[in-house]
Amino acid sequence: MNKPQLKKEQFILDDINRQIITATQSGLPLVSRPYDAIAKCIGIDTSDVIRRMKTMQENGIIRRIAAVPNHYALGYKGNGMSVWDVPSELVNKLGEQVGALDFVSHCYHRPRFLPEWPYNLFAMVHAHNRDEALLLVEKIAEVLGEYDRGHDVLFSKQILKKTGMRLL
Amino acid sequence: MDDLDRKIINCLQDGIPLIDEPYAEIAKQLDIDESVLLQRIQTLLENKTLSRFGPMYDAAKLGGDFSLVAIKVPETRFDEVTEIVNSYEEVAHNYHREHEFNMWYVLATETAQRIEEVNKSIEQRTGLKVYNMPKLDEYYIGLKLIA
Repeated sequence: MNKPQLKKEQFILDDINRQIITATQSGLPLVSRPYDAIAKCIGIDTSDVIRRMKTMQENGIIRRIAAVPNHYALGYKGNGMSVWDVPSELVNKLGEQVGALDFVSHCYHRPRFLPEWPYNLFAMVHAHNRDEALLLVEKIAEVLGEYDRGHDVLFSKQILKKTGMRLL
Repeated sequence: MDDLDRKIINCLQDGIPLIDEPYAEIAKQLDIDESVLLQRIQTLLENKTLSRFGPMYDAAKLGGDFSLVAIKVPETRFDEVTEIVNSYEEVAHNYHREHEFNMWYVLATETAQRIEEVNKSIEQRTGLKVYNMPKLDEYYIGLKLIA
């Protein structure tokens, strides 16, 4: 996956695209011709809806049209945030390598707060239990090799708040 | 959840094509009727096996700003601080994690300036230092969980 340009490159959305996003952010209609339903709701042609959504997909505004499973419902109960202290000058290269691992869901470069927080690379791992998650973390450590100057895993104890993000 | 549900979940995570009748296409791949597929998706959403089904928008590209923020909260003050942090509508997620840095919240705001304002306000009200850790680079988002 290409690295998105953050913040610098926000797309100007016209009113119709905003309406499409508003109409679909809670989900795609579960009917045979879902884009007809969206088109009707906005008052444009189905072909326009599909064309506009294709453009948004090309621009990366839409990552994909897909299902997001509930980790816990699928038995993934070992969800850990692994954090790594890697050399700053190599963080992009190493981040790409870690992000490419099939069990890593999100991988980010974030700022350190020395000396309390030396970690600059974050990788979320998802496993059926903690032991399995720790094995995955060890696999990341192998990938990083000598560049792993220290790491930790933060398991979630409780969700204190989780709201759907309002997009528009 | 039976084998067909698992097959559907695994297939739908890859994404469906942007065409007039996407469900008919997926049903054909799975060798089932479209009506069965639609019913199954409906049920998987209702029983919360799926959190969501539809276009996944990159919120950062739609404008606005995001950040991950950590606080070291003394355990005796945890509930009180949770209440303060959760009171901001800009706090989209908040997790209790097992670590000295035990509270991790995600801010979603309309402007970059608002991130700063909310964090400053939380610092003032809790008397605790907030560690603002916005993403500087992103390497991968997305994961297939095998059902």
